[in-house]
Amino acid sequence: MTDLKVYNFMGLRKIAAIFSALLLIASVASLSTKGLVLGLDFSGGTQIEVGYEQPADVGAIRQQLEIAGFEGPVVIQYGSETDVLIRLQGAPEQGLSEKVYAVLEDGSEAVELRRVDFVGPQIGEELREDGGLGMLTALAVVMLYVAIRFQLKFSIGAVLALAHDVVITLGFFSIVGLEFDLTVLAAILAVVGYSLNDTIVVSDRIRENFRKIRKATPVEVINESLSQTLWRTINTSVTTMLVLLALYFIGGELIHNFAVALMVGVGIGTYSSIYVAATVMLALRVDREDLLEPVEGELVDDLP
Amino acid sequence: MPNKFPLWKNITILLVVTFGFVFAAPNLYPPDPAIQLSGQSGAMQIDAAVLEKVEQALDEAGIAHFAGESDGEALLVRLKDIKRQLRAKEVIQATMGGDYIVALNLAPTTPSWLSDMGGQPMKLGLDLSGGVHFLLEVDLDSALTTRLESDLEDVKTALREERIRYRSFELSNGLIVGQFRDEAEVARAKTLIRTNLRDLQPQSQPGQNPLSLVLKLSELASREIEDNAIKQNLTSLRNRVNELGVSEPLVSRQGKNRIVVELPGVQDTAEAKRIIGKTANLEFRLEASGRVGEVFDFRNPSGQGPDARLESKAVITGENVTDARASFDENGRPQVNITLDAKGGWQMGYATRDNIGRRLGVLFIEFKTRLEKSIDDNGELVLTPVPFVEESIISLATVQAQLGKQFRITGLEQRESSELALLLRAGALAAPMYIVEERTIGPSLGADNIKLGVKSVTVGMALVLLFMLVVYRGFGVFANIALAMNLVLLVAFMSLLGATLTLPGIAGIVLTVGMAVDANVLIFSRIREELAAGASIQGSISAGYDRAFVSILDANITTLIVALILFLIGSGPVQGFAVTLSIGILTSMFTSIVMTRGLVNLVVGGRKIKTLWI
Repeated sequence: MTDLKVYNFMGLRKIAAIFSALLLIASVASLSTKGLVLGLDFSGGTQIEVGYEQPADVGAIRQQLEIAGFEGPVVIQYGSETDVLIRLQGAPEQGLSEKVYAVLEDGSEAVELRRVDFVGPQIGEELREDGGLGMLTALAVVMLYVAIRFQLKFSIGAVLALAHDVVITLGFFSIVGLEFDLTVLAAILAVVGYSLNDTIVVSDRIRENFRKIRKATPVEVINESLSQTLWRTINTSVTTMLVLLALYFIGGELIHNFAVALMVGVGIGTYSSIYVAATVMLALRVDREDLLEPVEGELVDDLP
Repeated sequence: MPNKFPLWKNITILLVVTFGFVFAAPNLYPPDPAIQLSGQSGAMQIDAAVLEKVEQALDEAGIAHFAGESDGEALLVRLKDIKRQLRAKEVIQATMGGDYIVALNLAPTTPSWLSDMGGQPMKLGLDLSGGVHFLLEVDLDSALTTRLESDLEDVKTALREERIRYRSFELSNGLIVGQFRDEAEVARAKTLIRTNLRDLQPQSQPGQNPLSLVLKLSELASREIEDNAIKQNLTSLRNRVNELGVSEPLVSRQGKNRIVVELPGVQDTAEAKRIIGKTANLEFRLEASGRVGEVFDFRNPSGQGPDARLESKAVITGENVTDARASFDENGRPQVNITLDAKGGWQMGYATRDNIGRRLGVLFIEFKTRLEKSIDDNGELVLTPVPFVEESIISLATVQAQLGKQFRITGLEQRESSELALLLRAGALAAPMYIVEERTIGPSLGADNIKLGVKSVTVGMALVLLFMLVVYRGFGVFANIALAMNLVLLVAFMSLLGATLTLPGIAGIVLTVGMAVDANVLIFSRIREELAAGASIQGSISAGYDRAFVSILDANITTLIVALILFLIGSGPVQGFAVTLSIGILTSMFTSIVMTRGLVNLVVGGRKIKTLWI
């Protein structure tokens, strides 16, 4: 009926399943052994960002601080050669940041205080709990919504696809050793939103085709649906990736990891909406029968 | 007629577009750097004479400025160069002296016709404007303990007055526990407390010693104490922040026992922290005679020895202080002149009347926190903040005569006296607080963040526009107009709602730009499909929009759910991201479905065309 090429996506589903399994195993293994490098938001502590006019000598600054009596300061370059990030343990009541700044000001070069962050240990702990809780709530609510709007098998497919994306994105952060802070948590929740968006669009088409195409196996229906939505999936991923690249390269150091998390998540999310959700549905033996109940949604349409 | 909008729909679209442009417009006018001046007390007149003095000082320092405005209570002078703002503040403060509060300010330049309609620019978060953010935790347990301590004294007094004899009364684990010699006395005490001290509830547990009486603070009373403690701390903090002279400070309660303080534009964080973080109180206590009371060290060891013994009950506390001013006595030594409220004055008079010749001590109480290192179950080093109290005697002077509402404290260093005066004036804290989170963003970093944010929005947007044009050609133009309009509407709504723009918020805008085209991609793909399937051009357009609508709706609702959860669990910056994402989803639904349809209908609707440029 159309000249649209139907790709045999599901023919590769075993390979895709193995691929996903490998990624998941690697992620879980790294998360459980190496864990995440928690940023200040979650770990607590003090960090101070200072800017120099000339490229800064990190070693000299560390020495300067050690001589002044600070215990084990971590000094790293941040974003550019002239920016330095210093990390310490201690509370603000002790005037830590002021003391550090005073020590650095005594040095030979002009220095400017750009940022001080102190997060108390109890805050970090609460954020960790809230973050995990938020993630689970998001998954649960989404599962419920999809189960009501579509059908339970779709819902399980969608949520497993989301969990897949979240675990692999977290795993990526753990394996590469990138810092996990609040903005990254926000990014991962945005990934949940994005990946869901993708999965819903695909599921929507699968539902439509199950009703429309009567003489076809579920595999054929799903292949047809995925092929039909393929260009949309690719185009949307490309536009999103384009803005993320802009954020990554221009957005500055503070949202660097935010952009990375989203890029990984969007990449994985695009893949998972093709393979994970559909494969799970097939494994659950999704069929026309599941969707025979008329859903009014398609007819209720107030656009002219 | 196919693909034609009725007139009312087109008018609605036009109205929304106009609305968007009007309310986004205030953001085009960058604010002027300004200096704001107000008096230490509300009674001070800030009139034309003061204005003239300020302007003269600026002229002399060679700082370019616009004409100032004053409304009797405060004045505002706009400067031409933001780099001279700090210098201008110093100049004005030096000229006007300590009776005035001089604050940095950013004065909006929104034209009056816009602001009359309620138009205002977006608020900038601290990460964009620079400033300090503190999260303080109020130690409610300590407020309860303080209350119990004073209740304990009240109980003892009441029992003595009624000649009910007891063996001992003390605090233990948040309860007041008394021991008696016989059960009749216990019963009498119970009745007395039930009628006179209603906040305390006698507890009876099975197996309890019949000669003991356990009193617990009632649920209602303790909740009230906690609420009052937070409220009073909020008030005190607001007063203190006002003393700092910040133009738009935020002091608000967060959760059960936390307070957020945000001071945009504050540069001297050390001073801010000293004033805000300092949780000091004063207590006036008579010197104890004999072995009762408690022993305290002197703050500045003087001729009176290293320590002294004071009674355990305070005559008055810092809460009774209505005014406190630092000045110098006849001999040029720093002193603090204190004025008490009526109740405080009366209590002071009552306590000193019968005690002339005895000595009255001023106890300075500071609440501090130290981090204690310990190893947790996982063998990791954890730091836990441990609040502690430091109490020391500032002065111990012989009561020469009955004291009233006004008196003075001497024996301080100059810096101490001005700080103490400020702390007393700004109000005591009902419960100690400690900082659990602090974020300081320097002004240059804030400016950099805005620059980077605007640049990434521009570049990201340009890339997407280009991509859409290449892939969808003619229809790409429609999508691009919708995308640009989406940005305008997003900014308009955020301005109108008074939402705060943060750096993650900008990231949210960028992401919205990327994802907003999704709806159009869906619709256009669908139209292409319909065309490929051999449908007529007008039929394809109509079917494309209709069929894609359900997918778009489902996809956006689920994303909205996620954004909502993000908002609920997140704090400051993450919430900023959630807000822009949510508003962006809503505006993009309108622009990418309704607006593009309107454009498509306008251009190709109802016409006979051979090919669709899609």
